[in-house]
Amino acid sequence: MLDFLDALMLARIQFAFTVSFHFFFPAFSIGLASYLMVLEGLWLKTGRQIYLDLFKYWLKIFAIAFAMGVVSGIVMSYQFGTNWSVFSDVAGPVIGPLMAYEVLTAFFLEAGFLGVMLFGMNKVGKKLHFAATCMVALGTFVSAFWILSVNSWMQTPTGYEIAANGQFLPGPSWWDIVFNPSFPYRLVHTVMAAYLTTAFVVGGVGAWHLLKDSTNLHARKMFSMAMWMAAIVTPLQIFAGDMHGLNTLEHQPQKVMAMEGHFDSHPDGAPLILFGIPDSEAKTVRYAIQIPKLSSLILKHDLDAPMAGLDTIPDDEEPPVGVVFWSFRVMVGIGFAMLGIGAWSLLARWRRKLYDWPWLHRAALVMAPSGFVAVLAGWITTEVGRQPYVIYGLLRTADAASPLDAPAVAASLLAFIVVYFAVFGVGVWYILRLMGKVPHVGEVGVKRGDTGPIRTAGITPGPTQNPGHDEPLPADKEDV
Amino acid sequence: MDLTVIWAFIIAFAVFAYVVMDGFDLGIGILFPTLKVGQGRDRAMNSIAPVWDGNETWLVLGGGGLFAAFPLAYAVVLPATYPLIIAMLLGLVFRGVAFEYRWRDPAHRPFWDAAFFGGSLVAAMAQGMTLGALLQGVEVVDRAYAGSWFDWLTPYTLLCGLGVVAGYALLGSTWLIWKLDGGAQKHARWLALRAAIATIVLMGAVSLYNIFLNAEYAERWLTAPEIYFAAPVPIITAIIAVSMLRAIGMDRNSKPFWLSIALFLFGMLGLGVTMWPYVVPPGLTIWDAAAPERSQVFMLVGVAITMPLIIAYTAWAYWVFRGKVSDEGYH
Ligand code: HDD
Ligand code: HEM
Ligand code: HEM
Repeated sequence: MLDFLDALMLARIQFAFTVSFHFFFPAFSIGLASYLMVLEGLWLKTGRQIYLDLFKYWLKIFAIAFAMGVVSGIVMSYQFGTNWSVFSDVAGPVIGPLMAYEVLTAFFLEAGFLGVMLFGMNKVGKKLHFAATCMVALGTFVSAFWILSVNSWMQTPTGYEIAANGQFLPGPSWWDIVFNPSFPYRLVHTVMAAYLTTAFVVGGVGAWHLLKDSTNLHARKMFSMAMWMAAIVTPLQIFAGDMHGLNTLEHQPQKVMAMEGHFDSHPDGAPLILFGIPDSEAKTVRYAIQIPKLSSLILKHDLDAPMAGLDTIPDDEEPPVGVVFWSFRVMVGIGFAMLGIGAWSLLARWRRKLYDWPWLHRAALVMAPSGFVAVLAGWITTEVGRQPYVIYGLLRTADAASPLDAPAVAASLLAFIVVYFAVFGVGVWYILRLMGKVPHVGEVGVKRGDTGPIRTAGITPGPTQNPGHDEPLPADKEDV
Repeated sequence: MDLTVIWAFIIAFAVFAYVVMDGFDLGIGILFPTLKVGQGRDRAMNSIAPVWDGNETWLVLGGGGLFAAFPLAYAVVLPATYPLIIAMLLGLVFRGVAFEYRWRDPAHRPFWDAAFFGGSLVAAMAQGMTLGALLQGVEVVDRAYAGSWFDWLTPYTLLCGLGVVAGYALLGSTWLIWKLDGGAQKHARWLALRAAIATIVLMGAVSLYNIFLNAEYAERWLTAPEIYFAAPVPIITAIIAVSMLRAIGMDRNSKPFWLSIALFLFGMLGLGVTMWPYVVPPGLTIWDAAAPERSQVFMLVGVAITMPLIIAYTAWAYWVFRGKVSDEGYH
């Protein structure tokens, strides 16, 4: 029964598993680094204590998320060689340099300034500390830039030459490789995804504390900031996703066919299938609920435009339709749910109920982890939709794997699964525990050597009983 | 000098930087059980908490750089040493998260301290054994690894593994001599002396073993005219070793650390003499495995621009946290 678990399949599962775990952390830390930068910037500009408190509150969480991102990322940079050695040999000359640039321009930047950001406030002063925070945030963005360029090149390869020994070689212009056709769309869409993921986490934490005490000024501030992000960025994200889809239609049509569940061609207007159960054997979508001609309208801006289906694609080039179809709907569904929350928050602001509308807070709490689900679903759409190729149209996944035997890959996969769930499970638990603490005045930052008991929420005085706490403290009394 | 040679030196530099910088982090992990619970361990941890991430990044540059500049070598070595690489990565996972987790959860601190130790030990051992597996030779047919499952497990690779563990412990303990004072510093001197002796013995053993391992290596070291270039390496290494032992015993702060780095530098030079011009002995030279010129040039521009900056801000970060670690640590 487990026959399909050959070395290739195991290697694919291992890659999917490790990269999915890894991406959870960047999705959060890219957004959070920028949020911290904004908070510290606002504190420097206005001098208001509340921003510093929030900065320190989220800094502790950032430190843990970042550490998990780093260690799971190191694993990724060796996955190519351990499990995909043929791919590494063949594609190394083109994508290797891009990943080397990522190390040189992003990873060193993040890591080099992280120590100062976490522990250096007293040592370097406010301005330089802020500069360090900015560098860390910049580093996370630059890192996304390069790795997404790599991934996009694998989706829409351009600017290469093929050598006699089968290697991909860079063509005369690196520009054509870095800025391959799907890259701008993927960069914009993924970075906004990271911002949204963070916004919904911050909003969820704010909502949780507002539900317990709607007068908590710190919770109010973070909830309000997060809801502005949700209201503004979600529509942009949906727009970007739409553009991305059009680009994919141009360069990877069978992926879009799988996303849409179009097994058959539609010569005069294709329907938009909302839900249904794709059946790849019978090549049909069962129990389909569909809106006639809408797909043609969305993708071609013309109700009657003809659309080719998977019947035009040889069977051995079809991606697995079921997975792509569903993961795409999960992502889009969450996108619209996020849009709903954003709109609701605007209504609440207008009615001056942003902090006193428990149903809004409950909804925001439920949506707190939604960004992670959407991001993962998006990547599954992208990656599975590219199958059976690893370099689209040029190198099949099956031809890219290392000459390893199944038991070796199975053993390492098992080790990754056990260690990741245990170690990252604990880390997420620590993060949740930090989020459960009420943000308060005079928040302490990341503290070393502080072996005393951790302060619990219970002994913190409620912010409202503490008037005047929103005043700036003299700079020299602060510690991060 | 052609670009491939330049790239070989860049990768060697990245590996050296990694070995020295993460070497003292890992060394502190390896020595962790011998440090006193409480202040002793907290201060040791505080002395590296702000810099470990930057140090580890050199490993990504070493690995990523190999992928980019010598893709074939990367594609051959990683499958050949698969279990070692996986073990190293998992070890680094435990070691890396321990930095944060041990402060977050005092109740389970002993567990995370053990994870810090175990992760560091496994990572160091795996790195040393990988080096050994590379030196003893990797079978390559048709641009792919063609050996069997357990080629990487021999007495020689185990010896190399132990050598690296001892060497990292030496770096870690001499770093602690520099960063600590009082009784803790005395303890670090005690550790450093033992680690130094173990390192010197194991380095010697590996070097001798090398000569018997492979006729070509022996020729490098034992025949004229090569011997005139090669001989100074062990001689200078011996001089460094002796002055390091003396510095550890005397009341020196940072000197033992710098000398242990020098020891590693000459160990690395020796390695270079042994391996040159192979990147994967016995079959692949650096030219066989090199990326095409366009890739080399593109990356070289990046290295030329960023490397000075990286070195500058890394030095700045070390400077910010200079001096002895205080009791309360960084706030
Ligand atoms: C869109 C963003 C993104 C994506 C798709 C990936 N990463 Fe990542 N990665 C980051 C964004 C990021 C980051 C935000 O820059 C991280 C997260 C936490 C951190 O320390 O940096 C990071 C960390 C990180 C590290 C540790 C860096 C360090 O030591 O500081 C490595 C080696 C990698 N990644 C490698 C990879 C590889 C090989 C990937 C693909 C298979 C990958 N990442 C996907
Ligand atoms: C970080 C977010 C990412 C996620 C969640 C993700 C997810 C996945 C998934 C689910 C698969 C398995 C597809 C299948 O086997 O059918 C896969 C395959 C793959 N992905 Fe990604 N991916 C991500 C980023 C990347 C990036 C940035 C790269 C390139 C640098 C990449 C390269 C690959 C490769 C080489 C495979 C081959 C294995 C295969 O096709 O099965 N992925 N990924
Ligand atoms: C409802 C609006 C959305 C639409 C129409 C949309 C569209 C798309 C499309 C077409 C792709 C696949 C592109 C390809 O493989 O070539 C994609 C991928 C992706 N989506 Fe969305 N998306 C939407 C919402 C979201 C949301 C809300 C998030 C996360 C918060 C998200 C995160 C991602 C990610 C991370 C990927 C993979 C990376 C990439 O290819 O860009 N998407 N999206």
